[in-house]
Amino acid sequence: MCASVKYGSRGPALIPRMKTKYRIYYITLFSVVLLGLIATGMFQFWPHSIESSAEWSLDRRSVHDAPLVRIPMSSPIPERGDLSCRMHTCFDVYRCGYNPKNKIKVYIYPLQRFVDEVGVPISSTGLSREYNDLLSAISDSDFYTDDVSRACLFIPSIDVLNQNSLRIRETAQALAMLPRWDKGMNHLLFNMLPGGPPDYNTALDVPRDRALLAGGGFSTWTYRQGYDVSIPVYSPLSVEVDLPERQPGPRRYFILSSQTAIHREYRVELERLKEENGEALLLLDKCSNLSQGLASVRKRCYKGQVYDYPQILQESSFCVVLRGARLGQATLSDVLQAGCVPVIMADSYILPFSEVLDWKRASVVIPEEKLPEMYTILKSIPHRQVEEMQRQKWTSVNSPLFLPLIPPRSPGFTAVVLTYDRIESLFRVITEISKVPSLAKLLVVWNNQNKSPPEESLWPKVAVPLKVLRTKENKLSNRFFPFDEIETEAVLAIDDDIIMLTSDELQFGYEVWREFPDRLVGYPGRLHLWDHEMGKWKYESEWTNEVSMVLTGAAFYHKYFNYLYTYKMPGDIKNWVDAHMNCEDIAMNFLVANITGKAPIKVTPRKKFKCPECTAIDGLSLDQTHMVERSECINKFASVFATMPLKVVEHRADPVLYKDDFPEKLKSFPNIGSL
Amino acid sequence: MQARKKYVLLGLCMCCWLLLYYWGGLQERLLGLITHKRGEVARPWPSWLDRDLLPGYADQAELQNDGGSGDSPRQRRQSWAGIYKDSRCRMDTCFDFARCQGQSGFRVYIYPPEKGERVSESYHKILTSVVESRYYTSDPREACLFVLGIDTLDRDQLSTQFVPNVDERIRGYPLWNDGRNHVIFNLYSGTWPNYTEDLGFNVGQAILAKASLNTEHFRPGFDISIPLFSKEHPQKGGERGWLVRNTVPPRRKYLLMFKGKRYLTGIGSDTRNALHHIHNGKDIVSLTTCRHGKDWEKHKDTRCDHDNQEYERFDYQELLHNSTFCLVPRGRRLGSFRFLESLQAACIPVLLSNGWELPFSDVIQWNQAVIEGDERLLLQVPSTVRAVGIDRVLALRQRTQMLWEAYFSSVDKIVLTTLEIIKDRVYSHISRNKFMWNALPGGLLVLPEYSTHLAHYPFYYLNLGISPGQEFTAVIHATSPLVSQSQPIMKLLQVVSKSKYCSQIIILWNSEKPPPHRSKWPPMPVPLIITDGRRKVSIQTSSRFLPHAAIETEAVLSLDEDTVLLTSEIDFAFHVWRSFPERIVGYPPRSHFWDPVKKAWGYTSKWTNEYSIVLTGAAFYHRYYHHLFSHYLPSSLRVLVDRTSNCEDILMNFLVSSVTNLPPIKVAQRKQYKEMPTLQGTKTAPWVNPEHFTQRQECVSTFASWFGYMPLVHSQFRLDPVLFKDHVSVLRKRYKDLERV
Repeated sequence: MCASVKYGSRGPALIPRMKTKYRIYYITLFSVVLLGLIATGMFQFWPHSIESSAEWSLDRRSVHDAPLVRIPMSSPIPERGDLSCRMHTCFDVYRCGYNPKNKIKVYIYPLQRFVDEVGVPISSTGLSREYNDLLSAISDSDFYTDDVSRACLFIPSIDVLNQNSLRIRETAQALAMLPRWDKGMNHLLFNMLPGGPPDYNTALDVPRDRALLAGGGFSTWTYRQGYDVSIPVYSPLSVEVDLPERQPGPRRYFILSSQTAIHREYRVELERLKEENGEALLLLDKCSNLSQGLASVRKRCYKGQVYDYPQILQESSFCVVLRGARLGQATLSDVLQAGCVPVIMADSYILPFSEVLDWKRASVVIPEEKLPEMYTILKSIPHRQVEEMQRQKWTSVNSPLFLPLIPPRSPGFTAVVLTYDRIESLFRVITEISKVPSLAKLLVVWNNQNKSPPEESLWPKVAVPLKVLRTKENKLSNRFFPFDEIETEAVLAIDDDIIMLTSDELQFGYEVWREFPDRLVGYPGRLHLWDHEMGKWKYESEWTNEVSMVLTGAAFYHKYFNYLYTYKMPGDIKNWVDAHMNCEDIAMNFLVANITGKAPIKVTPRKKFKCPECTAIDGLSLDQTHMVERSECINKFASVFATMPLKVVEHRADPVLYKDDFPEKLKSFPNIGSL
Repeated sequence: MQARKKYVLLGLCMCCWLLLYYWGGLQERLLGLITHKRGEVARPWPSWLDRDLLPGYADQAELQNDGGSGDSPRQRRQSWAGIYKDSRCRMDTCFDFARCQGQSGFRVYIYPPEKGERVSESYHKILTSVVESRYYTSDPREACLFVLGIDTLDRDQLSTQFVPNVDERIRGYPLWNDGRNHVIFNLYSGTWPNYTEDLGFNVGQAILAKASLNTEHFRPGFDISIPLFSKEHPQKGGERGWLVRNTVPPRRKYLLMFKGKRYLTGIGSDTRNALHHIHNGKDIVSLTTCRHGKDWEKHKDTRCDHDNQEYERFDYQELLHNSTFCLVPRGRRLGSFRFLESLQAACIPVLLSNGWELPFSDVIQWNQAVIEGDERLLLQVPSTVRAVGIDRVLALRQRTQMLWEAYFSSVDKIVLTTLEIIKDRVYSHISRNKFMWNALPGGLLVLPEYSTHLAHYPFYYLNLGISPGQEFTAVIHATSPLVSQSQPIMKLLQVVSKSKYCSQIIILWNSEKPPPHRSKWPPMPVPLIITDGRRKVSIQTSSRFLPHAAIETEAVLSLDEDTVLLTSEIDFAFHVWRSFPERIVGYPPRSHFWDPVKKAWGYTSKWTNEYSIVLTGAAFYHRYYHHLFSHYLPSSLRVLVDRTSNCEDILMNFLVSSVTNLPPIKVAQRKQYKEMPTLQGTKTAPWVNPEHFTQRQECVSTFASWFGYMPLVHSQFRLDPVLFKDHVSVLRKRYKDLERV
């Protein structure tokens, strides 16, 4: 069930209190069922906030202590399920908006033991272990409420997982006797084995009015899209047997058929396939000579040879899951658990959670009619794809700015200058940047709390609005704050001593940013390297052929990253940066690379800003401590991100005609500075 | 007056009640805060003492035997066809798959129009789209799918475009076969007052591609919900989405808007009558007018005058441009034009249309692009949309644009999406998965015949968190006979084979002479494959982009035989390509421009500060583009390329830019391309011919008209090695050869 675990984890985090496999399974199941409803039905409408679950006392009792309820013969029977039911016709949404946080609340009826007039129970099993676990998983979740008046969804404690153990009429009567039944409105039933001989209906036969059904084995004709939820048929084997993690690599068999109840017609066709393709296929059946009992369900045989089930599933690339009398097969759970790619042949079957799961990525669905072509079809699937299907885990990067847009040149960019007290240099920077045609606004982030910025009249006169923002604390992070004053998408972060960049160089940087609005576009590039001797990352400065970071002493980037830096920076990186007064640029590079999966863009030949530390007398040693600290940052951030997100590239962006033999005055950006 | 008083009183009562309710609520919450622990603790499901003794829901033998093996599957499948017909149709029971298994594959036939038959503008566009698609056939015998020549778009009996007697006419068709394998397009069904889903004729087992489909009537996996589109909807290309930038914070001037008709009576009036409740005149603008239809004044109510006045104060287009969310309530029918309008405008649709089966719901994950509301909970809409965070707004908004451009911006796209969905069902094991349909660049540009594996496509690497392979295949297009060992191609072979990333070289032999014997070629460290392209009647320029099975790597380096390159130039370009695998990465740039005098697109080979094309005489790109070039583009364009022996590179640039919406990438080159005099042995270069250039001008216009818009995009930068032409020691530089004079 790896696939559903993945989707489950996307949903609200439910808290498993006892870490047994059962619980995880049911918690997942339930959250996916809810997710299914959320994805398709109306629950999408509510914001799903979660409150922490509180501790409660456990009261320990026996199932047999549950009160006995006698069902009168004449007790009303609900109508059969209405096939036209949908969320907007059969579901009472008004019950779901009561509580202040607009959360969906789920109520579970207390356990009762229903018996008919003569005292015969309505079900041969009563409460099953699986249903009990399912209910306690729900009860542990944040959706649970014991207040029936606040509930939006009601779950009967009558176990209908297996229709075979039920007395249909009496069960229906029992349902109708539930105090809030109200024609089954907002009631959710769980069923895994629907139908019974001889025709095996594909949905629970118990009349159930308008109740929602989470069922295993729906067919397209009984499934009410957006109302019902299709769930897998649970296999107890997946709990009993602990399969070791299977390493990727070639598997012994190509196709494995392990089901015992395959119709004769299909078995004949499988045998024919086996004849044609020999060893690639393993066709197992029941073991005839073994004694009945628990052991026999864990064994499979082929021509007298005995195989362990479900272990044998791990030895095959593809595992056949054919429909039997029912569409839903417990084998599917075993197969998925074993990391074998299911080959599902069950026409009209609504696959479990098909509305949220992309089954085409994890399985092969073949029409029953095409069983004879199964081998050819499976052979045509690329090897790498089979491996991906087996993994069932899909890592994916979803960049928040995923649409390929090249924003228009206007309204330009906002320059954010971080300054402390270097007024002279600051003024020069302002004068220089103001020459850049696409500059829209200048923001000076005044990081000095002890000193006021100079009077307005002293500032250089510039054509664009200039605003000074005083900060409360002298923090490096202030430069990346998403100030409301930044009204453009593009931000130019610039230090107050960057006076060497020419207007052409800056304008060109902005033009390049427009083509890469989801990246950092900067001038001097830097590199991270793996130091084999030390076994850690190292920061590399100038003169490399590669780039994985750009300095934010002057860099263009999207304002969105200011939000990310300020509010979504993982771990304590922000505090680290502010405490060390260093590495804010490395942190920004990490952040952007991590969320987009892309490298920054270095523009123009510029390799260094005439570095402030060079002015120090003991330049060299200062430089070295600086490098050590920067290396430390990289290691620290890589450990916080739990990965090294930086991407290394070998290119930089220059104007199209840069250094080409072409009249300078015809070039758009003739004045691109040097190193 | 009396009535007014009554309303005031009622209103006051309401206020009091609301206040009471509010205070009551507050008290309750305060109480909750005080008695925090006690209030929140819910009595859980008991942890039974005898949990471990509980029986399993089914024993394992029962699960494995599964009630025996059931009826004969063959019989069951046969009996289904008899049971599940008409309203219970599914592909399994109402579609004849055998018709699609022939040699010709998925082919669509259109019944010829009868004499004097008039079809509406929209239906004409639909038919044109089918005819121009790669699936069209004029031979009904090879058809898998049939489209009626009769206009079935508007089935409102009161409409002027209503076609009578459809039932009798289709019954007369010998191929009708109770509608099996037919697809029927419809935009409007039913009529005043209840607008049912009835089409006025028996659809039988035909697939309905219908707007405003109701989930209850929708046959899942069989019918296809299409969007309602206006008759002005463009045939091809279509306008781009309106989103040009992702401003942050993403909120626009208005939070939520609606401007439209209010129905005073009849179906749909419940919803529309209530819309004014959420109007606050500030960030939520919800305007309705009663002034529509002939006799609106007859049904006029007290709100009408005030509403009509307010209605005129706001401009619909202005609201559309400046609103974060757009209310898309049902009209008389479930779908409305507003849906596509707001998608295009990047105004996130908030749907209030209960029971509407959303367009192409089979394949599109709408919850990533719209907010599905409930007509019954209109008053919750404001708080719901206010609660949507900036990340989600950004994501939803971008997704509206992605979907608009991938599936809805033109009639072509809508029709093609419909056909592709059916095709995916017919050949289910070579079909697109949900990811392909919902990721950029959209399902129409993914041809599953090429591969069903995501990693085989150029645009999913980032999503999958993987990088393209480390090797490339060089494909050299050779047209000159081999006469001398000093021919440029010999030099080129050596240069290319020296690259450590080169895994194979394919020579497409397109000369009149037969290809020389293997021994004539120089020995090489990589396999050399010669493909003889002469079997064709004439030399085919487009053959250089045929999806040659021999290409085993993702990267293709396309080369002309006379290209002059250095190994380090190739290596560097390949490195760049691996960072941009979805684009063309090449050396010599060209540009297109709009000529305002001629009112046409122009093409220039002059040196300029920007470019939008890189020549494919020397360029890296993903091999999937070969497949798209040969199977996605119409044969008419390839014929044009072959006839003129020109423009294949421009067409490739058009194709790739239409997929990526991005420019190609030019990388550093030592010398400008093709500046040297024609070398002995090669044919006269075609670009010497002035006609060649004129042709290229025309190509740009022809291609733009087929695409329906200009996909080419300009770029202003070139990618150079990090230390390119820097004043540092050459020894430091990885690509020093690039700077040699």
